[in-house]
Amino acid sequence: MTRLKADSRHAVRFTLNGTSVEAEAEPRMLLSDFLRHQLGATGTHVGCEHGVCGACTIVVDGMLTRSCLTLAAQVDDCELRTVEGLAPSADRLGVLQQAFRRNHALQCGFCTAGILMSLDHYLARNPNPSEAEIRDLLSGHICRCTGYTPIIKAALEAAAELASSNKETSDA
Amino acid sequence: MLQAVKSANPGHGDEPWVGRSIERVEDAALLSGRGRFIDDLGVPPGTLHAAILRSPHAHADILSIDPEAAKRLPGVAAVLTGSDVKAVTTSLVVGVKAPVECWPIAIDRVRYVGEPVAIIVAADRARAEDAAELINVEYRPRGAVVDPLGALAADAPVLHDGFPGNLASDRSFRYGDPEQAFAEAPYRFSIDIKYPRNSCTPIETYGVVASHDAGEDGYEVLANFQGPFSIHTVIARALKVPGNRLRLRTPPDSGGSFGVKQGVFPYIVLIAAAARITGRPVKWIEDRIEHLAASVSATNRATTLAAAVAADGKILALDWDQVEDCGAHLRAPEPATLYRMHGNLTGAYDISHVKVRNRVVVTNKTPTGLNRGFGGPQVYFALERLVQRIAIGLGLDPLDVIKRNLIGAGAFPYRTATGALLDSGNYQEAVARAVEQGRLAELKAKRDAARAQGRLYGIGFTAVVEPSVSNMGYITTVLTAAERRKAGPKNGAQATATVGLDPVGSVTVHVASVPQGQGHRTVLSQVVADVFGLQPKDIRVNTEIDTAKDAWSIASGNYASRFAAAVAGTAKLAAERVAGRLARIAASQLNVEAADIVFAKGFVASKHNPENRIAFSRVAALSHWSPGSLPDDAGQTIRETLFWTPPELTPPDDEDRINSSLCHGFIFDFCGVEVDRTTLETRIDRYVTMHDCGTILHPGMVNGQIRGGFAQALGAALLEEYAYADDGSFLTGTLADYLLPTTTEVPEPEIFHMETPSPFTPLGAKGVGEGNCMSTPVCLANAVADALGIADITLPLVPARLVELVRGAEPPPPAGGATAAPVREGDRRLRGEGQASVKGAPEQVWAMLLDPATLQSVIPGCQSVDKITDTHFRADVTLGIGPVTGRYRADVELFDLDAPRAVTLRGGATGALGFGSAEGRVTLVPDGNGGTKLTYSYDAAIGGKVASIGGRLLDGATRVIIGQFFTALARKAGGGGAEGGGFSLFALLAKAASLFGGRR
Amino acid sequence: MKPPAFDYLRAGNISEALEGLAQQGSDARVLAGGQSLMAMLNMRLAKPKLLIDIMRIKELRQIERKGDAVVIGAGVRQADLLAWPDLAEALPLVALALPWVGHMQTRSRGTICGSLAHADPSAEMPLALVALGGEVLLRNARRRRRVVAKDFFAGMMLTARADDELIEGISLPVAKVSRFAFREVARRHGDFAIVACAAMRTPAGVRLAVGGVADVPTARDWPRLEGSALDDALNAFAWELGARDDVHASARYRRDLVRMIGRDLIGEVLQ
Repeated sequence: MTRLKADSRHAVRFTLNGTSVEAEAEPRMLLSDFLRHQLGATGTHVGCEHGVCGACTIVVDGMLTRSCLTLAAQVDDCELRTVEGLAPSADRLGVLQQAFRRNHALQCGFCTAGILMSLDHYLARNPNPSEAEIRDLLSGHICRCTGYTPIIKAALEAAAELASSNKETSDA
Repeated sequence: MLQAVKSANPGHGDEPWVGRSIERVEDAALLSGRGRFIDDLGVPPGTLHAAILRSPHAHADILSIDPEAAKRLPGVAAVLTGSDVKAVTTSLVVGVKAPVECWPIAIDRVRYVGEPVAIIVAADRARAEDAAELINVEYRPRGAVVDPLGALAADAPVLHDGFPGNLASDRSFRYGDPEQAFAEAPYRFSIDIKYPRNSCTPIETYGVVASHDAGEDGYEVLANFQGPFSIHTVIARALKVPGNRLRLRTPPDSGGSFGVKQGVFPYIVLIAAAARITGRPVKWIEDRIEHLAASVSATNRATTLAAAVAADGKILALDWDQVEDCGAHLRAPEPATLYRMHGNLTGAYDISHVKVRNRVVVTNKTPTGLNRGFGGPQVYFALERLVQRIAIGLGLDPLDVIKRNLIGAGAFPYRTATGALLDSGNYQEAVARAVEQGRLAELKAKRDAARAQGRLYGIGFTAVVEPSVSNMGYITTVLTAAERRKAGPKNGAQATATVGLDPVGSVTVHVASVPQGQGHRTVLSQVVADVFGLQPKDIRVNTEIDTAKDAWSIASGNYASRFAAAVAGTAKLAAERVAGRLARIAASQLNVEAADIVFAKGFVASKHNPENRIAFSRVAALSHWSPGSLPDDAGQTIRETLFWTPPELTPPDDEDRINSSLCHGFIFDFCGVEVDRTTLETRIDRYVTMHDCGTILHPGMVNGQIRGGFAQALGAALLEEYAYADDGSFLTGTLADYLLPTTTEVPEPEIFHMETPSPFTPLGAKGVGEGNCMSTPVCLANAVADALGIADITLPLVPARLVELVRGAEPPPPAGGATAAPVREGDRRLRGEGQASVKGAPEQVWAMLLDPATLQSVIPGCQSVDKITDTHFRADVTLGIGPVTGRYRADVELFDLDAPRAVTLRGGATGALGFGSAEGRVTLVPDGNGGTKLTYSYDAAIGGKVASIGGRLLDGATRVIIGQFFTALARKAGGGGAEGGGFSLFALLAKAASLFGGRR
Repeated sequence: MKPPAFDYLRAGNISEALEGLAQQGSDARVLAGGQSLMAMLNMRLAKPKLLIDIMRIKELRQIERKGDAVVIGAGVRQADLLAWPDLAEALPLVALALPWVGHMQTRSRGTICGSLAHADPSAEMPLALVALGGEVLLRNARRRRRVVAKDFFAGMMLTARADDELIEGISLPVAKVSRFAFREVARRHGDFAIVACAAMRTPAGVRLAVGGVADVPTARDWPRLEGSALDDALNAFAWELGARDDVHASARYRRDLVRMIGRDLIGEVLQ
């Protein structure tokens, strides 16, 4: 049993995009704030802090997670993935990111990180999604700029591209 | 085209970069989590964090504020109230002539739910919020008014003493001879509209970081403000410093604005004041709850619009009566929403005679401000609904009535009756193309087929003119001509652009356009690349603004769809000016005439002998390395800042004609919708939108603006409303109640374009970002009206509001069964009654009810009861429903005592979660067996935080608790006496009043 | 919008969680998926002194078939149950209703039992529990008890759970040959229901359960009814639920949906 006292800071350790990280947090610190302000991983954004807008969505132990509805203390020892871990390297974009850029699937880019994380997670498990499935998945995100349809198009394009490259890989 | 220096395009044939959908330079960082939004940036060590305590009341006097407990909390640096802020600032300017003040924090009185009451500055945000809960504010509620027409009633509660009633402005205008036109016209049609409140709610909220240098009395502020920078003067004045002591900067990225982030400026004043008072940098990031309740919204408006109409549907005159609701304060630049469209009150139509009455009222709601569409949705909803009604009334096709009234293609530039100069267009051609390309005939056949199957299917049409590039003088139309003469002229719209060449000849562009996702950096790189014969990647664009270092003016910022038309054009002109000088330098080096110089493929070359050339970078760097080598007449090419303001933007004339905007795009929309017979939900089957926004600079971004505006308009039409109860309680305080469209609601609109360049802008471009916010809400409404065959449509199209219109009377409840409580729209009082049998005699029950010791023992969570008099009690109570727990101070008085038969209780309770007031009557009658029959009725009103954010759940909880209470009462009083508990009217009231709850 | 201060207890087993509840009583809240509780904490609607995180307790993560029942532990997430291979066969009504719970991003964290503990009358899982006549398994440091669905929900956000009790799990009867139908109307996909209806065939006739209208999800059994008799029964039921107005829907609209959707679903399951 671990009981963390309200008024002190406690070490929180986890794996962030494959790297071990550690910082201190009071029990009440939200994971979104911990990532952004303790670890400097500011790519995950905060839009509502009540779990509706989806901007703060990340992946924790393979689960899509609203980081604003999660305490930093809850993810001790977990594996986290955030938008900072999506690109293959700092100067290159991944297939999904490229599809977003090609289709103007972002404008201000504030909600984008959460949407990318949902899609990245989903497409890895559902390589051949329908438009209706993508719409259902992304109904958990709010974007105020794009009107959504370019995002859906980018997602479907990325899915097709990922599927064909996977096929090539497995054929080879 | 006005192009002074010919340029071609290296490596891509001779196609210019402008007009192509290149990938955005902004995207790589945004897609990788490397954006730099305000809350992503570091702050100076020791920066404090602010939280804001806000009013739970719509209208109340502040009797006292006790911040002592909050100040004692560890980590708290300061608690500032209205008087503290007032000591270091002055009132924000108000846009009409009246002795009225406008403070960014409540001074002695609150006028809307969410109005700042205190600022808590602490080591971190969580501690600041902890402290906010410890501040004890005593309010005396006043009556509230939320309806604009209600605000004009003689007996309406008055918000500001300086206005007559709640009327902040009342102006009448007359253009042509409307009276005669109405007198002579064979038909008159009229429509009454109530346009609702909504907001474009960017996903990034407001943010401010401020510091103060006491030595120089200068402020430095970083804020995700969007302009217009005319507001800089308002902020500096409020902070009592000259403009050069307010250094206002913006972060590199901003998470959407749509006008809304203009409204951060009162918070800039507050946080700057907090920095001054604490002597430390202070940071504040608005949270979503604050944003929904108290950032800013579009205006809601009550409009009566009448038209004088000929038998063929030709509109001869319009008579507008608009009552604009600006909320609790007339905050700069209001009442601009009302006047932004003043030149465009005749829409896309050729109408010579117009009468206008414009009234502006204040109500107990959040002050309004910029929002995408800005006045357009309100105007076009009335005008285009009326056009449909005219068609129905005259038995004509709505599209024919639109066509009959459109401004003729040969009439441009066309001066509207109210003064706008419509720059260019061919509306007939645009409509014809849309009908053809958008397959209207097919849609009509679909409607016929659906109706034959008994389905509710309708088609709507809209034609609108989309104004862009606001005249900074239009707002002065609210003043009389005499007042304007006294105030001095206001007009124009200065755009700025700076083009710089560094010592290695690379190009940097700076503009004061403050984008929030519109891709300005990409478009400017295209525009300038074309001028210099370079590639967009060679041009680095900076769109941050620093008012201490950059070129800017009052028109700077990102609003009124001014980027493509004004800012991009100004950047082109600035680049051309530099290119002209480079051409002279190159000409002297290449030994040709300057007129023979072209910029292409990274070289500056002779047109006639392309082999005679010099690298662009080499010419570009010469001003740095060898100014002595420059030809005498060339001038430097290191940096050029150009200012551009269109001469067409003149001030209002003496007859109040105003060219309120520079450019006017045209939009023609039609759509097919189906209303589900069971759920009454509106489903958009097809939506066609035709745009003529002049020259298109980047097709992908233009379509992006159209899609985004369409989605927000769909929200406004179907989902979004800032809802207030009659008592001013705010009811949509979370994103679970203020409903934004998601992927499952938004279809892809079918977008078509026509390009009629504007003769008034350097690139021929016009604005495009706001049009669908103007056209789409009313287009959908017209389609639903067509589907249901009804005349009155109110937005948003909440399915439940259509029930009576579509289905008529409801099946009655079975005889002897349940009945529905009568309900008034906007009434959110909780009423109830009941009875219980108690074994004790009435006298016994009576005694229990007046005994504080009994009260304390029986009220769950009761900390203490103070008996002020025999009939007046105060108590501290902690109450919980499920996980929702709150502490309350309750105050109850007994009236009309008729011992031991009856008593009336009146009282209230307040706590961090909300407040309640209640009145109840309890009657005790002997039951003939030594016991008592107790009957009760209550009437409670509950407001504050919980009404805004938890109402749906807590509504029912109040009733449940009251019911449980009486069950317990009967049991306990029957158990005989005081020792085990008893009945307390006090407990009833404390419960009813504290358990906050519901809405309507 | 930051939570108030609280202690955080990461329970390694059930007795640690129960001990925390016993010590702190009403000042303790159980944190499971957190999809309701965390939002209430952020808004400071809830102010517990202690949060007890039960998601590391392995024994609560089980979905088990026990004879004619399926027992779902308190740590089972909504997504876990959706992915359970036997779901469509054993709990067809739950299979129909679960995709309506929130969004994929909340179902991945939110738990079945957390939704029941929150007792939102518009939520789908409380409706399914009532429709199926399931039981809630409660436990404190001293004893266990089972509460049938209709006695568990006491009102909006109010349940029969005592302050020191943990919801250990729920027990739902395995479907026999019954036919089920589920439909929900909300303002948007994923929102809490304005009206949600579940219908199932019963040996004697049909059962209709309705959420989103009364303070608690409410089920009604009828013999096989048709025509105007069914209309009258549905009308009476619709009125008895005591529908109210709010920003999103009127009482009349809710009653209409109960009458219309109720009729459609009953038709479907009796076909």
